[in-house]
Amino acid sequence: MIPELGNFALILALLLAVTQGTLPIIGAAHGIHSWIALARPVVQGQFVFLAIAFGCLAYSFVSNDFSVLNVARNSNSELPIQYRIAASWGSHEGSLLLWVFMLSAWSVAVSVFSRHLPDEMVARVLGVMGLVSVGFILFLLVTSNPFDRLFPAALEGSDLNPLLQDPGMVIHPPMLYMGYVGFSVAFAFAIAALISGQMDAAWARWSRPWTTVAWVFLTIGIMLGSWWAYYELGWGGWWFWDPVENASFLPWLVGTALVHSLAVTEKRGSFKSWTVLLAICAFSLSLLGTFLVRSGVLTSVHAFATDPARGVFILAFLVIVIGSSLLLFAWRAPKVGLGGKFDLVSRESMLLANNLLLMVAAGSVLLGTLYPLIMDSLDLGKISVGPPYFEAVFVPLMTPAIFLMGLGPLARWKQASLPELMLRLRWAFGVSVITALLMPFVMGEWKPLVSFGLLLAFWIIATIFVSIRQRLHNSGQGGLFTKLARQSRSYYSMHLAHLGIAIFIIGVTLVNGYETEKDVRMEIGSTVTMGGYTFRFNGASPVSGPNYQAMRGDIDVLRNGEKIRVMQPEKRTYNASGMAMTEPAIDTGLLRDLYVAMGEPLENGAWVVRVYHKPFVDWIWFGCLLMAFGGILAVTDRRYRLKIHSKHVETAAVADGKRVANNNTGLATGGRKA
Amino acid sequence: MNPVPSFEPLKNSFQQKIFSLRNIFSTKQFILLLALVLLSPLSWAEEALPVAEDPAIEKRMLALSEDLRCLVCQNESLAGSRADFANDLRREIREQLKANKSDQEIIDFLVSRYGDFVLYKPPVKPATYLLWGGPFVFLLTGAGILFFYLKRRRKQIEEPPLTEEQHRHAETLLKENKGNNA
Repeated sequence: MIPELGNFALILALLLAVTQGTLPIIGAAHGIHSWIALARPVVQGQFVFLAIAFGCLAYSFVSNDFSVLNVARNSNSELPIQYRIAASWGSHEGSLLLWVFMLSAWSVAVSVFSRHLPDEMVARVLGVMGLVSVGFILFLLVTSNPFDRLFPAALEGSDLNPLLQDPGMVIHPPMLYMGYVGFSVAFAFAIAALISGQMDAAWARWSRPWTTVAWVFLTIGIMLGSWWAYYELGWGGWWFWDPVENASFLPWLVGTALVHSLAVTEKRGSFKSWTVLLAICAFSLSLLGTFLVRSGVLTSVHAFATDPARGVFILAFLVIVIGSSLLLFAWRAPKVGLGGKFDLVSRESMLLANNLLLMVAAGSVLLGTLYPLIMDSLDLGKISVGPPYFEAVFVPLMTPAIFLMGLGPLARWKQASLPELMLRLRWAFGVSVITALLMPFVMGEWKPLVSFGLLLAFWIIATIFVSIRQRLHNSGQGGLFTKLARQSRSYYSMHLAHLGIAIFIIGVTLVNGYETEKDVRMEIGSTVTMGGYTFRFNGASPVSGPNYQAMRGDIDVLRNGEKIRVMQPEKRTYNASGMAMTEPAIDTGLLRDLYVAMGEPLENGAWVVRVYHKPFVDWIWFGCLLMAFGGILAVTDRRYRLKIHSKHVETAAVADGKRVANNNTGLATGGRKA
Repeated sequence: MNPVPSFEPLKNSFQQKIFSLRNIFSTKQFILLLALVLLSPLSWAEEALPVAEDPAIEKRMLALSEDLRCLVCQNESLAGSRADFANDLRREIREQLKANKSDQEIIDFLVSRYGDFVLYKPPVKPATYLLWGGPFVFLLTGAGILFFYLKRRRKQIEEPPLTEEQHRHAETLLKENKGNNA
């Protein structure tokens, strides 16, 4: 009964989505106010029905209803409750339901936080999101219904993949999806702007915080995925250039370009059509990513071809969404104004160059991800494209981008002088070169690649210092703290996010350069020493988990002969699937991680044990967190909070003020509003 | 090739090992042994032996197998995977290294046996020209379009010079702004 209710709610949601995707857009075009006014209530209604559908699916999982095919395939009565809930989005069908549920949540957010926007605009934005929703719900109902019954019902489910039975995996997909789906808001704003032809700085200001929030979710989602891979897969890697990872990284790269391009559109009115194109690309890649991961096309092109219904639907949907938005773009974009003038050397052109590098990187990653699939489906042979390819392509592209990252924030809008920039940055450059040359010695061994990586990181840090110093120097009188307090949050948010990149690079460089690994046979009582730590193996004993049996190793960690902690890695075998899993023990530290994983058992209670010393590895995820935090700070900037009161002033300012007050545009408008 | 994870054999050997462990020790013996271990002074502790017999060969083997694919796994390298297939292939590489074969010879051998699929770094050949050349094409095309677009754009926008009134307006704005900052 409950699954049927869910199915029915899903059908009602589809009907509401169809209404949402048509009437408000038509109403906005013809000025029919009652149709425009429909947008908000319909969005909220759709949300309610999708929430019911999702609740029904979760209920089926929690109550072990193995007469539902999806539950029987992805759950088990022994599965702990939190993983039964998480299993609702563990499968292809469930994850798509989560996707469309989140889309409706984002739509509700837009409908609530858009009181200050013109009604026609809101109607168009919500209408576009409704059309996306129609596609997804149709896909669910036609090809991947999560509520399909199984006759006769199974007695027991075949269990959730043990890899997914982990707290990291419980929150990773929702975060990632919040990011993917969030780009649909940027996409909807872009399409609405193309339809209406109204695309000015105010438009960029509306769409910017939404894009930033989506980007923050995506950043955190990717970070969680990488962290999960690190502690769950059992050999301490954190990024594998796996197609699944690439699928989430692609929208991130384009989203990053979009965030920067929006900054220019908002502050200077330029790059309008480019920004719109990026918004379309970011969302298209989000769609592609969802389908790549969820359709099974990555595991095997042939498995995918045996179930053509899904494949044809997906391809058709992608072609319709991407094709129609690009057509609309080609038709309307030339009518969009060009914005302010700028020189070849200016902050605008540097941001544009950085955008280009990000897009080329995204294009190359996409090429590398799809190439084996294309070759295989054309019968040109099977190849693998792995880390060597991606690193060879990615690093050279990102190096100039990071160099520009240091220059950009210091360059003036409109027209910058290269000699002046060089003069201002020579100290930053000198300091970062010298530190990068010396630091590897501190770590024990000089390596060219480490030095190079550190140079990039220190360059970012040094230029941040120069930028803040110069900014303070130019911001009137007062003590250091008054001056610091005077800078806007969005200014700090930029530097914080850039600092995150630097921290990330330091982590990657140092862990790649100085990681040590030992694969040893540990007899009971034997030790292994690494990086100043001694690990003593005290044997392994059997333990039972809720749905698995495990051998748990007991390892003392000693430093200078003193025991500092006990590490207990496990080797698990899950009851239902019989899958073996390595559950490493990790001692996390600011400067290093100790990582111990159990290998295979040997005679006399001895085990093969893998011990790693990973310097600075946590800086990788800490860097990502800083980037995300930078994004959050940007969204809380004063100008977004003030906009409700100052809508009219602002539009006037946009009309005449922008061109005139050149360098301090942000400050000038802020000052007038206050 | 169907990527069926080879967990079955792994599981069986694992369970056998657990049972054999139980057979070897009675609980009493185990506790005795544990006590012995715990009470023993540190000087007793032996440095554990590395799994690899020859560290130099192991290092080369790892470097090689990092860029090779474990064919039965879902996108794992030979170095990372602990599937039986990967274990066997690592042993194979180790033996060939001991027999003084060069890295290239080993790679050639693996490719002749398993095809290009085993390489994470795809070979440069006509079918992969587009793959390896793609990024350069993207960059050059992008940079070219950007350059010409910016050039054309600068020509298109001939900013009208400010009128006297606009100048005064700008000045008041800037002054106001300074006043706010002070």
